[in-house]
Formats: sequence, structure tokens, C-alpha cells
Amino acid sequence: MLHYEFMQIAFLAAFLVAMVCGPVGWFLVLRGQTFASHALSHVGFAGATGALLLGLSPLTGMAGGTLAGGLLMGLAGERIAGRDVVIGLVLSLALGLGALFLHFFTHAAGASAALLFGDIFGVSWSVLTWLAALSMLSLAVLGFLSRPLLFATLQPELAEARGVNLRVMGILFLMLVAITTAECAQVTGILLVFTLMVAPAAAVLRLGLPPFAGLLCSALLAVTEAWAGLVLSWYTNAPVSFWIVLMGGVFFVTAETVMRVVRRA
Amino acid sequence: MTIPALEFSHVTLSRGGHDVLRDVSFKVPQGSFVGVLGANGAGKTTLFRGILGLEAPGAGTILFEGRKVRRGNSAAGYMPQMRNMPGGQLSGLSMVEAAYRGQVPGLPWGGRKGRAAAEAALAAVDALSLAHRPVATLSGGQRQRLLLAQVLLDDPSLLLLDEPMASLDPARMSDTVTRIHTLARKRNMTVLLSAHDINPLLGFMDYVLYLAGGKALLGPVREVITSETLTALYGAPVEVLKVGQRLFVVAEGGGGLFQSHDCTGHHHNASL
Repeated sequence: MLHYEFMQIAFLAAFLVAMVCGPVGWFLVLRGQTFASHALSHVGFAGATGALLLGLSPLTGMAGGTLAGGLLMGLAGERIAGRDVVIGLVLSLALGLGALFLHFFTHAAGASAALLFGDIFGVSWSVLTWLAALSMLSLAVLGFLSRPLLFATLQPELAEARGVNLRVMGILFLMLVAITTAECAQVTGILLVFTLMVAPAAAVLRLGLPPFAGLLCSALLAVTEAWAGLVLSWYTNAPVSFWIVLMGGVFFVTAETVMRVVRRA
Repeated sequence: MTIPALEFSHVTLSRGGHDVLRDVSFKVPQGSFVGVLGANGAGKTTLFRGILGLEAPGAGTILFEGRKVRRGNSAAGYMPQMRNMPGGQLSGLSMVEAAYRGQVPGLPWGGRKGRAAAEAALAAVDALSLAHRPVATLSGGQRQRLLLAQVLLDDPSLLLLDEPMASLDPARMSDTVTRIHTLARKRNMTVLLSAHDINPLLGFMDYVLYLAGGKALLGPVREVITSETLTALYGAPVEVLKVGQRLFVVAEGGGGLFQSHDCTGHHHNASL
């Protein structure tokens, strides 16, 4: 299986993406903002299809779209971004725009399937390089941000009194989510970003590990799920995203069950 | 003559565009235990935010231990009002440790020092037994102790406690006040504790700081909580009733002043 170049690239890409998705997802779940990443991925869809139309790479358009969306959501603040109606409107507007762009794009069918459900076997070396760069950047930002972000998430008023700027923190985090979402969509497609961003992190959070261990385990579990998805897809011919979704669910339910048993004991 | 822990001179503080406190002046001596009283919306939280440097006064100056207040001063410990805590699966220790130098950029890893500091703080509030329990399984009083432990991490000389007694049952209230009072004495901390009801604080307070109608009055309980003084402060007839050992502040028409404010459409802070 690893003799093929596309498989080597796929494993590398899955690793680069998942190791960022895990910890970023951990904060998403902790902050109760999982819906934000879902909405951002749809905005990314409009960006990606727009980029296709202009002859640019979909990743560029996706990242551009999610970053702009993340920035706007951050600037709007919790008052607006937290409202499900507004998020829902933005989400459908973005999908509608994407549909419009695809309408004008000639190879629409193949492109839309790849965007919606992911096409990890189609990742090129140049996209892989971009993924590596974005992942390194995200990890660096996370390494710098995670401590005050945790403080601001758990104890906002106290963090503010200690000199943490909650607004800046919220905006920076959403931009980090934006980049990660764009990356994640390369593996799982925009419709299933949730599975790699949220499912592993949610399962790990159930375990009640200390924050640092939780972040590491989220990264580990996300990478495990992504790689196992590739292997299973190789042997069964079912799509990678399907296997990742399935494992996300299985791990979550397992974590929940284990914790219930442990609590009772 | 020692420097007062806090000195307000002609301070005006606003929130959301209108003045909450106008031309307020008072001095809090070092090491004193002050009950901050007033109805909802009287400016208790705004007062604290002013002391923390989060709201700049529109006029006047606020001095903390002789220096102008500044944001992020770790000598001023702040315990916000209790609300639902996110991260219910995290342990009490993780929760407290997150506040240990939590504002510093880097990874959320307190190391041995952070852990030791968090454990010491938990021990100081008799909460070591909560260290390894998920926060979601703790009662209101137990979470309160975690919050208090977080404040103690920085070894502050001033404690600002925003409604620590809200949503506690009477037995927990008296536990909480006693604990805070003992800690403050031991560590020589000045305490400003805001509350709805004066009664759980009776016998502990050196002074009461009463906020009403944009004004503030600091003094011993027997001088401030009188019908004459409060009537002057509110600018409306107010009566102080003593029933047994308990005090009740009643507005004309018979409603308890604090309670009546709860029902007039002001947001009830504890429920936010």
C-alpha cells in the first residue's frame, strides 16, 4: 500500500492535518464553538469554488474564505456569532454562492464531490507543502496561545482581570480554527470537517485528562483515526471520510461508556 | 500613618454609557473586611472593575496601595460571580491550575511549580479532596471554594469577591464568610465582598460600603445602616428594622429594598 506515491502523500497529509485538528478541536469543544467550524467550512466552500472559477487552487480559496469568515465572526463578537440564525444564514448564503460558482465551472461534478467529501488521494506535492506550512504555523500559534486561551475559556472574568484581552483572544482563536478547517477539508471534505475536528477532541474531553495531556491525546487520536481511515479505505474501497466518521463515533461512544463504568466503580 | 489599601477620590465610573457611580470618595484601611452592599445595578461589579483597572474612571482617581490602579495587577485578586463553568469534565486541580500564571503565553503546562501552587491554594480553602473530582460533579459551595483557591494563587493583598454568597444555602453562606474572614486575617488581606444581604456578614465586617443612587458611603455598620443615613443616601424614605440579630432595609411601601430591586426588571446578575 505504501509503494504508491499517492498513498505516501495521503498518509503525510492526513498526519499534518490531523495533528492540528485534534488540539484545535479540543478548544472548540471546550469553548462550545463547534458550530463555528462547521459554518466556516461552508464559507470555505464558497471560497474554494470561487478560486476554481478564477483558475486558482481550491486550497487557496478555501483558506482565504475561512480566514475572512473567521475574522468577521470574531469581530462581530459573541453577540452575533453565537446566534444560530445568523450562522445558519451565513452558512446557506455561502453554500448558495458555491453552487453558483460551480454552475459556471465546467468540471463541476468531480470538483464538487472532491470539495464536499474530500479527496485525500488527489493531494499533490504542492498542496502537501502548503499543508505542512499551514500546520506548522497553526501549531506555532497554538503553542503561543493555548495557555492564555485556556485561562480565558475557563475563567473569562478572572483572565480579563489578569490582563488577557478576551476579544483579541477570541478573534485569534477563530482565525486558527479557520486555517485548520481549510486544512481539514482537504482530508474529510467540507461536509465532514466535524468528524476530524470535533469527534476525537470530544471523546478525549470525556476522559477528563489535564489540559496538556488532553491536547496531546486529541492530536494522537485524530492522527490515529485519519490513518486508520486510510488503511481501511485501502482494503475496503469505501471512502476515507466514511471510515473516519465511523471511528469518530465509535471512539466517542467508547469513551463515554468507559467513563460511566469508571464513575460507577 | 499607613497608606490606605484603597483610596477613591471623586471617582465617576460609567458602564454602558451612563454613570453608575458619581463623584465617589472613600478610603479603605489596610487589612479591613468590607461588605459592599447595594441593590442590583447599584454598581458593585462596576466598582470592582474600576479597582481592577478594567473600567477607567471618567473623573477622579483610584489608588491601590498608594498607586494608580492598573490592569493585570496580580496583587488585586478578583473572584467573579459564579456561573456555569465550562469544561465540566476537567478536575478541580486542572481548573485551579489553569489560573496559575494563566495570562502568560505558552503551553498550558504549569509544571511542578504550578501543580504545587494549585495544591497549596486548594489546601488553604480545605478543598484538597476536590482536586481529582470532575468540576461538573461539584456542588455550588464546592465550586465556590475552587474559585477562591484560584484567587489565592497569586497571593494577593486585596481580595475583591463578587457576590460569593449568591446561590448558596444559609449554612454554606456562613461557612464561606467564616472561611474568607479567617484567610484574610491570616494573610493580612484587605477584603471587599459584595452581597445582597447584609445579615450573613454581620459580625465579620469592619466596614460597610453602601452603594445607592450613584453614591457610596463607607463606615462602620452601626453608623451606615441606619434609617437616617440610608434615607439620605437613597434620597427617599428608607427604614432599617432590627429583628433579633438581623437587619432589614425596607423602602417606603414595605418592600425589602434589595428584593424589590430584583423584581423591577433589572437583570438578576446571578442568573446570567
